[in-house]
Amino acid sequence: MPLVAKARSFFRNLLFSGRVESDLDEEVRAHLEMLTDENIRRGMSPAEARRAARIELGGLDRVKEQVHEVQIGNWLHSVFSDCRFAFRQFRKSPGFTAIAVLTLALGIGANSAVFNVVNRVLLHPLPYPESDQLVALWLDAPGAGGLASLTSGLQLSPSMYITFSDHNQTFQSMGIWTSGRANVTGVGQPEEVRTEVVSDGTLQTLEVPPLLGRWFSHADQDPRGSKTVMLSYGYWERRFGGDPGVVGRMVQVDAQPREIVGVMPRGFRMVDQDFDLLIPMGVDRVHQKLAPFGYDGIARLKHGTLLAQANADIARLIPVWMDSWSNGPGTNPHYYERWRITPNFHSLKQQVIGNISSVLWVVMSIVGVVLLIACTNIANLMLVRAESRQLELSIRAALGAGRGRIARQLLVESVVVSLTGGTLAVGVAYAGLQLLVAAGPADLPRLSEISLDLRSLAFTFLLSIFSGLFFGSIPIWRYVRAGRSKMLAEGNRTATTGRARQRSRNTLVIAQVAMALVLLVSATLMIRTFAALRTVEPGFSHPANVQTMRISIPETLIPNPLLVTRMQNSIADQIAAIPGVSTVGFSSAVPMGGADPNWDELSVEGKTYEGGEPPIRMFNYVSPGYFKALGTRMVAGRDFTWADIYGLRPMVIISENLARESWGSPVAAVGKRVRQFSSMPWQEVIGVVEDVRVHGVDKDAPPIIYWPAMLNDPYTAKPTIDGPNSVTFVIRSERAGEQEFITKLQDAVWSVNSDLPLASIRTMQEIYSRTMARTSFTLVMLAIAGSMGLALSIIGIYGVISYAVSRRTREIGIRLALGAQKHELRWMFVRSALALTSFGIAVGLIAASALVRLMKALLFGVSPLDPWTFITVPLLLAAASVLASHIPARRASRLDPMVALRYE
Amino acid sequence: MLILKSLVAGEKHGLGISRRIQQITSGTFDVKPGSLFPALHRMEEEGWISAFWGDSENNRRAKYYRLTKAGQRQLEVEKERWGRISWAIAQALEAS
Repeated sequence: MPLVAKARSFFRNLLFSGRVESDLDEEVRAHLEMLTDENIRRGMSPAEARRAARIELGGLDRVKEQVHEVQIGNWLHSVFSDCRFAFRQFRKSPGFTAIAVLTLALGIGANSAVFNVVNRVLLHPLPYPESDQLVALWLDAPGAGGLASLTSGLQLSPSMYITFSDHNQTFQSMGIWTSGRANVTGVGQPEEVRTEVVSDGTLQTLEVPPLLGRWFSHADQDPRGSKTVMLSYGYWERRFGGDPGVVGRMVQVDAQPREIVGVMPRGFRMVDQDFDLLIPMGVDRVHQKLAPFGYDGIARLKHGTLLAQANADIARLIPVWMDSWSNGPGTNPHYYERWRITPNFHSLKQQVIGNISSVLWVVMSIVGVVLLIACTNIANLMLVRAESRQLELSIRAALGAGRGRIARQLLVESVVVSLTGGTLAVGVAYAGLQLLVAAGPADLPRLSEISLDLRSLAFTFLLSIFSGLFFGSIPIWRYVRAGRSKMLAEGNRTATTGRARQRSRNTLVIAQVAMALVLLVSATLMIRTFAALRTVEPGFSHPANVQTMRISIPETLIPNPLLVTRMQNSIADQIAAIPGVSTVGFSSAVPMGGADPNWDELSVEGKTYEGGEPPIRMFNYVSPGYFKALGTRMVAGRDFTWADIYGLRPMVIISENLARESWGSPVAAVGKRVRQFSSMPWQEVIGVVEDVRVHGVDKDAPPIIYWPAMLNDPYTAKPTIDGPNSVTFVIRSERAGEQEFITKLQDAVWSVNSDLPLASIRTMQEIYSRTMARTSFTLVMLAIAGSMGLALSIIGIYGVISYAVSRRTREIGIRLALGAQKHELRWMFVRSALALTSFGIAVGLIAASALVRLMKALLFGVSPLDPWTFITVPLLLAAASVLASHIPARRASRLDPMVALRYE
Repeated sequence: MLILKSLVAGEKHGLGISRRIQQITSGTFDVKPGSLFPALHRMEEEGWISAFWGDSENNRRAKYYRLTKAGQRQLEVEKERWGRISWAIAQALEAS
């Protein structure tokens, strides 16, 4: 009951404040009248009676004010009136308000945009049911050389999958999958689509039900069973117009008719991959070897099982796996003991996020620092304003306003500013997100899922309040603590500024300079990284003039490998005939294209290896003209010819670093011999090419062996011709990237076979830039933040010095009158600015040298404590501070002494 | 407590309460408007008393207060508490 009454009063006080007020007024007046009547009855004259009544009452308004103070909701009321007052204050100084609000809008907006990404990418669970139970199956294999180190471990082989899924005790379900490409024909133009080939257990592990139809059944996974396919939502919309009757229809996938059995819902991705088609892997559970290790494994833990238990469970199964399978007659199944394979499972989320988290946290801290600088700047402005309002505050205090009341008034003003800024920040964040999505690194996962959500809006709101409280509390701390008497005394403007107050403003400027220094140092380090990356020779030249595209000839279309190579050859010939094409070639994979063609053992003739097994090297399969088209220099020897290829001559080309490692020099390598394993004939090294940084400019170039595009399969008992079915054409032309040129390429390909789609049409420049995306993204963010920091600290220094000039006008007048030189006066102010800046630089240098270590992973070719950066940036800041203080200093020195003395 | 007690006899306006308290405490307590009105409003918001507009003896519009059920309960609570306190203080004073 009392609660109901209280609530009723609360709303009455709040909503009908006018009526409550007039009631109160009438009540108190009536009381006064009655007192007067009483007094008259006692025999006083009316005037006397009224006077006595007033004395007893003690002031109408005072009584009313006392009632106000006990009324429920009064607190809210006075905050409202504080807000109204704040708005009036800001209308009086629109310039100050606009600067503060805009600075905050930018600062808070940038923070919410980045928070949004961090929230989505790092904090949100993956979009699968109970996604914390999902595990990415990676193995550690320190003995496997490049095969394992190139990714974050060793992937699974189908035989491992069979052994692990049959015998494990810790997983509910398990599957393997691999991304690929397939040609879809028969539905409009031939098209190459992205496929995910999934084993039994994969969809069961992810547990996302299909939108239409059904998952693959066990029967679909039988290699001899019916051929089926599932569609992604996007592909279903794009190719079938979202037709609900699509289940049951047939499509030709790599010339293989397949029945559509289901459609996955919108937003479903295969871990971090967008795809068009899901295809059952059809693992043959009988005819498997130990190798190949090219499949991503995914599994769902049983409830309450820990990763460590799962690791131990699978560790136990690795010897079982080696006992159960072999790589064919005559091979040693326990060879892989040398690889020292151990499970190194991690959560699927960790797998998806990867090392992008370091970039995101760096960016988050950058924008955080920018906001801090912005807040200090506003705090500084607030201090200056509070100083000019000194008299007003003193009068309020003298009239009986408590410290708490004044503090609240000032805080409310700050929060009103920050909330206005925060509201604008939502717009800034929205624009910023568009920018992030457009300019963010390509490997930023789940970018498509990013949008402004409730959580980020709440974040923006809280951030606004906190920044308001932060920069509002600094002037309060100074002024309310200072005490009333002092405030009144100092309100007299003729006094020179109190040292204490000047000091708090100076501290803010020092903090600003320090933070700006940290940002600028980081930005400069990134610029130097970028410059270092640009000077690295990637192993190809003029990437903008190199057009690449992939053509896959499905085995089901042309089963004979010799005919496949002939078809690739005639496509190359057709392309070479296009005007403007200087050279053309093809290979299994282009540098930085994202996929490695192959890794295997390679032994050099006459060399013995520790443990008897040669190391694993990267292989690529190339056509004549490939190196010339890409711009990779021949260092020694010669390129392949088509005669070499069709003659199946035992020849290879190797990279320069492999030649130096094996024979000391490229020239010495020519004519030497290598082979994959003992039953393969020796292959002659006919040429040496320069090193190519196939994994990106910031990664070392691995040794590579280039095999001819067609060769005898070394693993089959009798010689069988083999060659890559999917190759990337590399075409050097001035017209690379032009739409018209691409149409010509398409005509050339279709003149050979009209069922072949062109895929991944990119210039080498695009591929190259994409590998730099992470660096350039961080660089752009840091450069923006750094320049904002610099600009804000220049404003900060300018503000402090010009304020000091205006406060000391009288003093300047006296100095000038006494004969002070103008340049001495100027120097006096510039010197004080420089002193502040040096302090800031000193603090900033200490902070920066600690913080840049966190950026180490992003840097290339430059030490985190790069001396060049650590000298240039402080100089730049010092120069900026001289500039910022020079303007007010010059104003001071130009003062007319007479005007200055009369200034107050 | 005194305000609640003064209303037991019936509804009163502000001045009436003030005078009644003077009367029942033999002039010991003189409640000034500066304390009276805030207290009345607070008690009204607590739901112990309710207010309505009425006419005073000499036909002036005045705000009258009346004890509610909750107010009566509260008065009992306060009486009981006061009894305890005054007894305790008296005990304390008597103890040497």
